[in-house]
Amino acid sequence: MHWYAYTVAGWLMLVGSFGIVRSRDLVHAVVSLSVAQSGTYVLLLAVGYQSGAPAPVFAGGPAPSTRVVDPVVQAMALTDIVVSATVTALLLALSIQVHARHRTVDPDALTRLRG
Amino acid sequence: MSRSALAPLAVVAPILAACVVLVAGRRAPRLVIDVLATATAAGVAATTGFLAASTLGGRAVTWSGGWSPVGGRSVGVVLVADPLGAGLACLAGLLTAVAMLYSWRYLASLQAHYHTLVLLFLAGLVGFALTGDLFNMFVFFELMGAAAYALTALRIEEPDSVQGGLTFAVINSLGAYLSLMGVGLIYARTGELGLARIGRALGGQRADALVIVAFVLVVTGFLVKAAVAPMHFWLADAHAVAPAPICVLMSGVMVELGVYAVARVYTTAFAGVLPGGVLRTALLVPGLLTVTVGSGMCLIQRHIKRLLAYSTIAHTGLFVVAFAVLTPGSVAGAALYVLGHAGIKGALFLVTGLLLDRFGSVDERDLFGRGSRRDPGGWFFLAGGVALAGAPPLGPGIGKAVAEDAAGRAGYPWLVAAFVVGSAVTGGAVLRAGLRVFLGLGHPPQPPASETQGSGEQPETPSLVRAVPRTMLAAIVLLLLAGALPGVVPPLWVAAGRAARMFLDRTGYAGQTLDAAPPTPVAPLPGLGWTTTGVVLGLVSVTLAVAVALLGVYRPRRAGWRGPVRSPAPVELLHRLHSGHVGDYVAWLFLGVAVVGALIAVPLLAGR
Repeated sequence: MHWYAYTVAGWLMLVGSFGIVRSRDLVHAVVSLSVAQSGTYVLLLAVGYQSGAPAPVFAGGPAPSTRVVDPVVQAMALTDIVVSATVTALLLALSIQVHARHRTVDPDALTRLRG
Repeated sequence: MSRSALAPLAVVAPILAACVVLVAGRRAPRLVIDVLATATAAGVAATTGFLAASTLGGRAVTWSGGWSPVGGRSVGVVLVADPLGAGLACLAGLLTAVAMLYSWRYLASLQAHYHTLVLLFLAGLVGFALTGDLFNMFVFFELMGAAAYALTALRIEEPDSVQGGLTFAVINSLGAYLSLMGVGLIYARTGELGLARIGRALGGQRADALVIVAFVLVVTGFLVKAAVAPMHFWLADAHAVAPAPICVLMSGVMVELGVYAVARVYTTAFAGVLPGGVLRTALLVPGLLTVTVGSGMCLIQRHIKRLLAYSTIAHTGLFVVAFAVLTPGSVAGAALYVLGHAGIKGALFLVTGLLLDRFGSVDERDLFGRGSRRDPGGWFFLAGGVALAGAPPLGPGIGKAVAEDAAGRAGYPWLVAAFVVGSAVTGGAVLRAGLRVFLGLGHPPQPPASETQGSGEQPETPSLVRAVPRTMLAAIVLLLLAGALPGVVPPLWVAAGRAARMFLDRTGYAGQTLDAAPPTPVAPLPGLGWTTTGVVLGLVSVTLAVAVALLGVYRPRRAGWRGPVRSPAPVELLHRLHSGHVGDYVAWLFLGVAVVGALIAVPLLAGR
């Protein structure tokens, strides 16, 4: 069953990227980028997952020798989420500005930077 | 203060200064903000410069929070300063200080946000160059990325700025996420994030599919940052729209850090499991493609900032080729080349910025003959073009000569052609633009349809400037000098040779980082410097560049032809491939991943 999570992670990355390739709307492209990034969350959490093991919280919980899921990848996923929030906010703000300056958010219609 | 405190200081100081600037920016006059930001950048340059010099005798290792390893095992996060990494951090500090100096009278309408973003950008660059932890590389990658995206799109009232910034952000972030997937996979295999620990865990193992996929994904983000074809498309769009001082930083050090990161990750973590020969092919093929595409696109540009951007792509391709040879000599050549290129290319971007401020255009056709012969900027631009072509005894020339020599010694003498042609064509394109704009030579060129024009842009100063402020000229002169110096300072060659030897020494890196082992003394690299062959090849490049420029200026035209000139088919194809469409760029990115992946996986897995 473990391979299932990795398949989902890879699928999210690919389908998100494909969303950007086929996008007709910059907001859609930005959200597709977030979908692709969700693949990294799933991958990181799958790497640290252990069947039946509790969360790595020891205060008042399991004995220190208990097997727990890996907290390192969870910390990485958190950092990843912070990065994602920053980049997505910046990109959405830029999309608004693109709409204000170009009167369109269709990538096919943004043709000023060519060659 | 002990030496190990310097590396974290160089990362933290600009972040703190950024906070101070942001808060003080509401009240303090602009001059105070300018001085504070410039001084911080200069301080970072001094700190990392000292660090680079002092680490020639051994790396400076800092475990953050004092979580140093016990018996070679650690859960801490480490900064490892070696001469090459600290040297690049120093370059970032110097370029930031000069960019800040240039900005004193520039972008005057902007508030302290600009300074804050530049300082955060600097923190990201320095941290990326000094870290010894794979996940931290991703974090600093995104820190410098986010600051650079915002700085590229700084002039939000410009339609092109927001579009270029958006493309830049989408492509680079996607690259970063692919890198993160690779980091996750390598953590799954080894349980480690530190480069030295990963290197030990993988050392001597067989390269299986998981390790190969992880390596390819990790380097994808860095190759995107390094604008290696076919992942280079974002660079020209971003450079064309970013403010000139930001182009100095992006072209001079950010893109080069992408190449550095590939090299760093390979030499410290993967060299024990992936044979050098396989990596060499996997880097030479895209590297040479990058040189070809970059030079070709450079030659057919009329938008001067895009022209310089494609020249950066071509030169980055040369850096990749130089590293791919994988000998201390070739790495030393790449390091010197990066130093020289940063100064010269920065000066060229700043002169172009001055053109924009004076004429409201960066279009070669539009500006035809408008620069004056008494304008020092024009002569700086032409000098930059000659230096970029690899003229002895200047900075880019010595890097080119050392790298060519190393390629020849390693059994790849045919690579010399790439260095000569790449630098000659890009230098020639710059010279052509300079001759037309500043000296008004030749006929005004006629426009084919599918190019980005550079006219009708907003200057970055409040109004068009008449007299050039002294701070701006000083910044340009400083950059030209910095670009020229590496060619005439022999101690720098010796240092580059030793730095390159340390950079390739995986055992020494792991020992100093994990076991607190005493540094192994590094002998200087013999025979590094100007050779007769190097000087001759440099002169050949310059001659070719002048020929390219004169051919461009005095190309014969058919008489009586009116209307747009039809470009030859390959030129038209190149223009159309660079479509400016973010979706196309993503598709190209994945093609690039597939090519690099196949080049590594096929030779390793086919024989089993």
